[in-house]
Amino acid sequence: MSIAEFVEEFEGSAAVVRPKRRPRRFRLGESLLGYAFILPALIMIGLWAIYPMVENFFLATREVPPSPVFPSRSVGLAQFTGLLSSQTFLDALKGTMYYTVMVVPIGGALGLAMAVFAHQKLKGVTIYRLIFSSTVATSAAVVSVIFGTYLNPATGLLRWLGVNPTPPLVQNPTWAMPMMALVGIWGFMGAAFILFSAGLQSIPDDVVEAARIDGASAWTIFRRITLPLLSPTIFFCGIVGTSTALLTFQQMNIIVTAGSATQAKVNTLAYMIFQEIFYNNNQGLAACYAIVLFGIMAVLGIIQYLLFSRRVHYGN
Amino acid sequence: MATEVLMADASTPGAGAGFERVPRRDGTRRLLMVLSYLGLTVGALIVLFPIYMALVGSLVTAVDLGNEPPPFFPTHPQWSNYHAALFNDDLLKFIGNSLIQTTLIWVGAMVTTVLAAYAVAMLRFPGRTLLFIVIIASLGIPFEVTIATNYNTVAQLHMFNDVWGLTVPFMVSAVGIFLLRNAFLSIPKEMQEAAVLDGCGHVRFLWRVAIPLVRPQLAAISVFIILGAWNQYVWPQLLTQTTGANEQLSPLQVGLAHLYGGFNGATIPLAGAIIAIIPVFILLALFNKQLIRSLTAGAVK
Repeated sequence: MSIAEFVEEFEGSAAVVRPKRRPRRFRLGESLLGYAFILPALIMIGLWAIYPMVENFFLATREVPPSPVFPSRSVGLAQFTGLLSSQTFLDALKGTMYYTVMVVPIGGALGLAMAVFAHQKLKGVTIYRLIFSSTVATSAAVVSVIFGTYLNPATGLLRWLGVNPTPPLVQNPTWAMPMMALVGIWGFMGAAFILFSAGLQSIPDDVVEAARIDGASAWTIFRRITLPLLSPTIFFCGIVGTSTALLTFQQMNIIVTAGSATQAKVNTLAYMIFQEIFYNNNQGLAACYAIVLFGIMAVLGIIQYLLFSRRVHYGN
Repeated sequence: MATEVLMADASTPGAGAGFERVPRRDGTRRLLMVLSYLGLTVGALIVLFPIYMALVGSLVTAVDLGNEPPPFFPTHPQWSNYHAALFNDDLLKFIGNSLIQTTLIWVGAMVTTVLAAYAVAMLRFPGRTLLFIVIIASLGIPFEVTIATNYNTVAQLHMFNDVWGLTVPFMVSAVGIFLLRNAFLSIPKEMQEAAVLDGCGHVRFLWRVAIPLVRPQLAAISVFIILGAWNQYVWPQLLTQTTGANEQLSPLQVGLAHLYGGFNGATIPLAGAIIAIIPVFILLALFNKQLIRSLTAGAVK
């Protein structure tokens, strides 16, 4: 759903509630009840989402000393500019981008493939659908423990397969990040599968049927009909996948030993936010990372929107 | 749109070849079906292989797990791994913590979400549209970018050392408000008018009529919230591990990560992972449809 359509939909439904051409009059009792009902949710959203987002910009100008005995001091933009030119930041940025570029297209393509195969009237397909969607429900900690265990040479799987580099995969500067992406791809497949399944169900059967009667091959149907009509879903899946991938650091935190040399190779911006609070108790620097990360998410979101809004077909 | 494609396709030489039906031979159809099952099975193997290996690994001895090839079937199931994970390594306590925290988040989030959704759907008051837009826009602020301040807020509210710091920040669901609002709007207007004529106020209408009518959506939102609460790792890790005293409050996911990071061999953490998966998979099997409904909210026009 595009933003314009969303607003249109919202305006449209508001019109259902409010008959047209009637002056705007509100009943006091109803209004008060309305505020009372919406207030708890607004307080929660205001306190835990909007206020901290704004507060980030103030925190970013403050340098917090390592010991809580000393007060924090204002350093203006120095901390922020210092961050942008630091090697740690650049590595984390690179890591974030690498992870996102690996996980979203590969996980998305696998999810799409599974959705296409499962979108058929075949016996037992329900069980396959349940299996495919199960990665969504599997937590980051569980996936990390499983992959971390089997990627470790202490278990025999990789050695048996002849994959046994030194240092071992998840401690290997070259291979640690691709392994983190592997974990991410496995996790994202299920979400992509669910989104694409819903997208496929929204494609009218008669269009596909007509093409089949005209003798179009399965590949032509997929390439020329399914894919174009799926473009809203591809767009949505890209947005969801990108924002999830940009925020990932759980498997890095669980699998890769904290403080090791390899940890620097699997840093992401979200992981740096966590580390600055967790290890350095430096909320100021954490806020700087948060601002940059949020900025990147916003820019990528807008770019994706612009790229796709021209090419997305909403049918009709 | 699709018709354009078809026409363009038909006009290219060789493609389509007129409009008469091209009969598909039985053999081709059977081949396609075999290919479909092949694709489905490959996908299922990719998804299930890690989970199956975790199950096997949780039931063998640590020595056997190091064999080449590793065990692909537990010939002598070592249930002691599960016993060790649950009792020696306190996973049982962490499960209890997770149950309490998930329940609190679920109840809190449902209350705020239902009330807010009802307000934006059924009640008229100045600024309603604006407030609804604020709620929807807040979906664009991921929790990870707010943790620096939220960490301070929790400390200032003196919720740092108890269960509230771990649960209160999640007691609302903007996705839920969006989904429920649409559900409330689909309740026929006449129904509400009739209820008002019978002297039924909004509070009673919400409780007696509206909530029973949107039960499927409530189920969808519940599964969404419960899964998220049960599976979350970042916030509890931050809150329970920075000060040692809070370790007692760790939920299962944090306990599991520590089981893995500690010196417990490989088999006991795998048993912990299987323990953590079981309730989630039961939930998924029972409420797959509802979960998909909440995840795809807004995905398809």
